[in-house]
Amino acid sequence: MIERGSGSRHIAGRAGEPDSLKGDPMADTDGGVQIHKMGAWSAGPGCHGGCGVKVYVKDGKLIKVEGDEDHPYLQGRACPRVLAMPQYVNHPDRLQHPLKRVGERGEGKWQRISWDEALELCEHRLREIRDKYGAESVVFGQGTGRDAGGFIIFLAYAYGSPNWTLFGLSGISCFTPRLAAMHSVTGDFTFPDAAQFSPQRYEDPEWVAPKVMVSWARHLAGSHCTDHYFSGHWVVDMMKRGTKLIVIDPVCSWEASRAEIWLQLRPGTDGALALGMLNVIIGEGLYDKAFVEKWTHGFDKLAERARDYPLEKVEAITWVPAEKIAKAARMYATSKPAAMRFGQPLDSNSEATATIHALNCLWALTGNIDVPGGNVITRPPFGVTIYPYSTEEVIQLYGEEFVSNLTKKRIGADRYPMVKNFRAWALSDVVLEQMETGNPYPIKGLWCQTNNFLANTAQDPKRHYEAVRKLEFNVVVDTFMTPTAQAIADIVLPAGSFPEKDSVFTTGVPLNAIRKVISVGECRSDWEINFELAKRLNPEAVPWKNTRELFTQRLKASGLTFEELSERPWAMAPKNHPSGTVPYRRHEKGQLRADRKPGFRTPSGKVELYCTTYESWGLDPLPYHREPIEGPISTPEVYKEYPLILITGRRSGVFFHSEHRQIPWLREIEPHPTVELHPETAKSLDINEGDWVWIEGVRGKVKRRAKLTPVIHRQMAHALHGWWLPETDGTAPNFYGVWDLNVNQLIPMGKQSTSGFGGAPNKTMLCRIYKV
Amino acid sequence: MARNGLMIDYEYCTGCHSCEIACKQEHNYPVGRGGIHLSEIITERPDKSLRIDYLPFPTQYCNLCLPRTTRGEKPACVKHCQAATMYFGSLAELAKLMEARPHSALFTPI
Ligand code: SF4
Ligand code: SF4
Ligand code: SF4
Repeated sequence: MIERGSGSRHIAGRAGEPDSLKGDPMADTDGGVQIHKMGAWSAGPGCHGGCGVKVYVKDGKLIKVEGDEDHPYLQGRACPRVLAMPQYVNHPDRLQHPLKRVGERGEGKWQRISWDEALELCEHRLREIRDKYGAESVVFGQGTGRDAGGFIIFLAYAYGSPNWTLFGLSGISCFTPRLAAMHSVTGDFTFPDAAQFSPQRYEDPEWVAPKVMVSWARHLAGSHCTDHYFSGHWVVDMMKRGTKLIVIDPVCSWEASRAEIWLQLRPGTDGALALGMLNVIIGEGLYDKAFVEKWTHGFDKLAERARDYPLEKVEAITWVPAEKIAKAARMYATSKPAAMRFGQPLDSNSEATATIHALNCLWALTGNIDVPGGNVITRPPFGVTIYPYSTEEVIQLYGEEFVSNLTKKRIGADRYPMVKNFRAWALSDVVLEQMETGNPYPIKGLWCQTNNFLANTAQDPKRHYEAVRKLEFNVVVDTFMTPTAQAIADIVLPAGSFPEKDSVFTTGVPLNAIRKVISVGECRSDWEINFELAKRLNPEAVPWKNTRELFTQRLKASGLTFEELSERPWAMAPKNHPSGTVPYRRHEKGQLRADRKPGFRTPSGKVELYCTTYESWGLDPLPYHREPIEGPISTPEVYKEYPLILITGRRSGVFFHSEHRQIPWLREIEPHPTVELHPETAKSLDINEGDWVWIEGVRGKVKRRAKLTPVIHRQMAHALHGWWLPETDGTAPNFYGVWDLNVNQLIPMGKQSTSGFGGAPNKTMLCRIYKV
Repeated sequence: MARNGLMIDYEYCTGCHSCEIACKQEHNYPVGRGGIHLSEIITERPDKSLRIDYLPFPTQYCNLCLPRTTRGEKPACVKHCQAATMYFGSLAELAKLMEARPHSALFTPI
């Protein structure tokens, strides 16, 4: 219908359509409908998937979003959240103008101001703080929404603050621990191969379907389709092509119910399970001897460590029967190729980076690295980065000297070598501590963008609330008024959803262009807001005329300008591209290392089962398991009083974290803030479906409605995170009901892993549940 | 004219809800009304393990996306199904597809 190579097309209205077509935007009779192709991204659906969509616009208003059948990622398919875009974009509660607080914080008294005044105010207050205390006294906090955080690090660095963080999330326990571990062990990130590197996808002659896909701590129902790098519904495509499943999940997910083998482990014991599997694979000689010999470092030491995890011991730790573990290990090791996708709960292990190290050893020992249908090395498309995922990329963007100067004051970098050396985050737990103590220097302001920490991101949100409300100046940038904005903001800036902005998606395999085709009120893109403010604060850091020019410069390695990319509107690097961004077997071809020698980008040139990088950072160079901070083994006394393990943070398919509670079509599907319990557990507690119950832990209690389902383990409970009620009072002290509902109040800060990354215990706290 | 229907290969339906929202968007249905309604059916196998099935049921508000299919497009739900497990076509075509699909259902909403 729409020719490739053209981003937009005008569809003329058709006269004389029958009445039955009324309400069908495509059948409009009074005027034109414009269809624009682009990448979808947050804000709107949330997610970081990288699909392509068609945005339908009539009279300047978004009327429909459909999948783009010509985009290779999803071939026209789409998630519920992107299909609900008309209700998101045109929602009456969208923030549409900059607001200035005129009452006390939390009072809900706001005055509409112009962008000029808003930026002027921000500039003035931020300069004041910088002059008086130094730029490092302002923290720039992101969440995971919108175009990730490229624009936030951009603003922080232009201002001169090193303190860019995932504000509130203990141990930055989402993705960063997995990235840090893979980067240390393999020198690159390795993700399951669903032929995403080829525009031909499953028809690519080089690709083969994995014989086995291990879904480790991931489930499809809440998948954001391609789910970043983790296949999402591509798993179903592969099942149709013969792929068998091994599922590792305490909850019986849909995938678990379709799996050959399902291991229902106790939350937080993934490291022990992985070591038990390694022990079987090594002990029974099932590993890929040629690959291990040629391409790995430290096999004997790993073998010795794995021997500390005999199956009886692992069974006792994980609650998974020994014979099932052995069966899964054998099946994984003897099915070649095999791929593994691995989710956020691993980042929540007490020693997250050690756990992920163990998983990485699994796909290394079995020779499943960078082979078709295995776990393939994934780099930014064409080497283009807008959002930096590693220190190398940050240095590439900002220069070594600049970054090393900033690192001197970066919070947490002095205490945690991994935080210092891998990725430029300030460490969330230490940021909070420093806000409270003022040591070694005071924190005076928070720039909070794509982050709703009061309802979602933060563990111990009350502690965060108390710390942030004492700061001198806080800005919140968001699409809707949130509990966080109501509670702490002095200025609220309205951000645009994806069809309201120009942007580039660089965090998957394709480069996708996103283009502004509509406006809502005075909303601006996060990039534009930060670009303008950065220019005011430090004109030298902003040599570009506008964001499009900035994007074009960043896109250099692709050979495309922003406008050219928009016309396409996606591009994939060809095979053997010099950036080394397309598989396979790049270690053999010398495509991974800077010196172009064969091998991996690690000190030894091999996959480091014994990780010398960890060793140089003072960390255990071998994987190990540490018990969750609370649990039947670590705190048996507490377990007697609080006999259920509380899992939080499982993803919903209709909500992205704390978003979408005000979108009618989506909320209709999941109307209530629930806690899920096994029917037998509920019965023993005299709880019926729909009852309001307390979930109580040693740190407090919150209210939820009981939902009974046999997919939950009898000794566990599951509560979705991110709940607030936009339909209730937003002012203090209610703040849209967060204090009643936010389950993170049961979870502490400051329990980060030894490496600094990982450890937010949001899958493993103990609780008891009883009727309200 | 051959009668058309919707076939669901529910071996692969993951319960993602895209069909429901695709339909609502296409027809601008309000909360409380939709052309397709997803059900979850959980059953225990003899070995006590669970089988989770999802099945979308086309309601009285499903018109098989007549305007779309007249234009040669797929129905909104079929196009957007994340598991690509919904099929639209004539009953004869769909019945043929069903022969190789052990867990499938055919609907003729209109
Ligand atoms: S979740 Fe997937 S389908 Fe939905 S917008 Fe994101 S990439 Fe597209
Ligand atoms: S065929 Fe069309 S009307 Fe029927 S359920 Fe699907 S989207 Fe709705
Ligand atoms: S869109 Fe497809 S996979 Fe999703 S619920 Fe509907 S039928 Fe099932």
